[in-house]
Amino acid sequence: MAQAGEPNIIAMAGFVLFIALSLVITWIAARRTHNTKDFYAAGGSVTALQNGLALAGDYMSAASFLGIAGLVALSGFDGLVYSIGFLVGWPVVVCLIAEPLRNLGRFTFSDVVAFRLQQAPVRVAAAAGSLAVVAFYLIAQMVGAGNLIRLLFGIDYEVAVAIVGVVMLAYVLFGGMIATTWVQIVKAVLLLSGAFMLAMMVLARFSFNPLALFAEASNQYGTAVLAPGRLVSDPVDALSLGLALMFGTAGLPHILMRFYTVPDGRTARVSVAYATAIIGAFYLLTFILGFGAMVLVGQPAIRAVDAGGNMAAPLLAEVVGGQAFLGFIAAVAFATILAVVAGLTLAGAAALSHDVWVNVFRHGKATEREQMIVARSSTILLAALSIVLGIAFKGQNVAYMVGLAFAIAASANFPALVLSMFWKHFTTRGAQASILFGTVATLVLIYLSPTIQIDLLHNKATIFPYRNPGLFTIPMSFVIGILVSLMTPEPSAVQGFAKLEQQIHFGAAD
Amino acid sequence: MTDTHARLARLSAARWRLGVMLTAAMTAIYVGFTLLIAFNKPLLGTVLMPGLSLGILLGVVVIFTAWVLIMIYVRWTNRHYDDAVADIRRDHQEGR
Repeated sequence: MAQAGEPNIIAMAGFVLFIALSLVITWIAARRTHNTKDFYAAGGSVTALQNGLALAGDYMSAASFLGIAGLVALSGFDGLVYSIGFLVGWPVVVCLIAEPLRNLGRFTFSDVVAFRLQQAPVRVAAAAGSLAVVAFYLIAQMVGAGNLIRLLFGIDYEVAVAIVGVVMLAYVLFGGMIATTWVQIVKAVLLLSGAFMLAMMVLARFSFNPLALFAEASNQYGTAVLAPGRLVSDPVDALSLGLALMFGTAGLPHILMRFYTVPDGRTARVSVAYATAIIGAFYLLTFILGFGAMVLVGQPAIRAVDAGGNMAAPLLAEVVGGQAFLGFIAAVAFATILAVVAGLTLAGAAALSHDVWVNVFRHGKATEREQMIVARSSTILLAALSIVLGIAFKGQNVAYMVGLAFAIAASANFPALVLSMFWKHFTTRGAQASILFGTVATLVLIYLSPTIQIDLLHNKATIFPYRNPGLFTIPMSFVIGILVSLMTPEPSAVQGFAKLEQQIHFGAAD
Repeated sequence: MTDTHARLARLSAARWRLGVMLTAAMTAIYVGFTLLIAFNKPLLGTVLMPGLSLGILLGVVVIFTAWVLIMIYVRWTNRHYDDAVADIRRDHQEGR
């Protein structure tokens, strides 16, 4: 067993190779990035399979690979609750969101909410919701990155987080969405093949029968590992987390933004089918990786390296494939984090520059040149912010942090998006109230949750006993959006609905 | 124009119905699964054969269901909806 912090030559080589490859991609992309449509939406020319892979790349984050494998390794079945929850959001995305979004907007989901409402107030609210989601998601990725580099290279956690921030900055700053998309595609292929190889090497020890592996896990740790247990001890918490995961996917700004990179609604729809097949296969592999780590590495050894369990998959790679394979898997995990961080940063930059600067401060009248300058400045700002947040939140389980990002996305963004596209009488005030309530209520309830009050601040008790607020905040955001709209009728918004409906089906060309 | 709008509204309603139905189906299946986790842990812990609990089996089933629901939507829209939109759009453009 390698000591934490012992340098691994192959991991370093693999990582340097990935960075070199991705910087070449960035350089090529930079030469093709001339205007805001290239920067935010890769010129709208991405194919269905490419976008499927890129969606999968954006979605299969450090939380999926490191966090879930760790949760399964330490808690068995409970970890699978996350795997399953992360997948069931995709039917919602394709059935309600993907095509209308593609046809109504240009760069951000605020384009859709603001379509027939007053631009400035709606966009400020929507940008706030997006940025809150992006911030929590970034924290999770940064924490994963810091742990991984500390384990593999012996570099300080803080330095590791800074390195990720700087490399990601290069992709987004120079290559925009074209570079980010291709980095996602390369990463998705690497991650899926890495996880597949690791799973096969585990299964080879159990005559390629997953049930034999699970049976061995229950021999060693009791049949409790195959049943729900401690982690989802409270029924309300289980349901709340479940709903947040399901409806959060349809409110994630960096996922929604991907639908603008394809040429039409049909491509958007088919790309989700590809993405879901890829992501579903990957999550089935996490069952094997998690239980494999539990049996072959052992829970005490996993806990010894990282209490959150985030290092279960890399440790498993070392046990079944030695230092060389550990190096490969570590490089893949690293690529994963870098790519997701890039996608998130781009979504955050679009919210800041396209929504707030261009459409609020400049009333939609900024030149292309000015828009690009603001977009790139926002990228630098967000990269700095992500480094600071990553250092501040050291030691949290990354899957849990992502769960919170989903809660904000489901409560702040999803209700406003659905109401704006399908309910004629939705108004500017209604949209504002729904988004701001969703964002603020979720943040406040997270602050009051046992995770912050008891685990982080070491208080004895807290007034809000649930770890995930989704069960309360999602329905309330819908109700508030509807009530406020009914109290503030807006004739222009009702008139705009016919045009919206036509454009949902015909696209922006007509 | 009115004709276009009426036909579009009908098509829109059909797609919305399918989308809401599939979303509701997914929600019911997933919430049902989550409620079992929350309220009947021993049931999901039932070992069907060595290494396979009911919980793990249902988990795999939920993942496959998500993909099946997406394919139902994609097949319907690819086969019926896209053609219908194209028809309405052609008539709309000829009419003006």
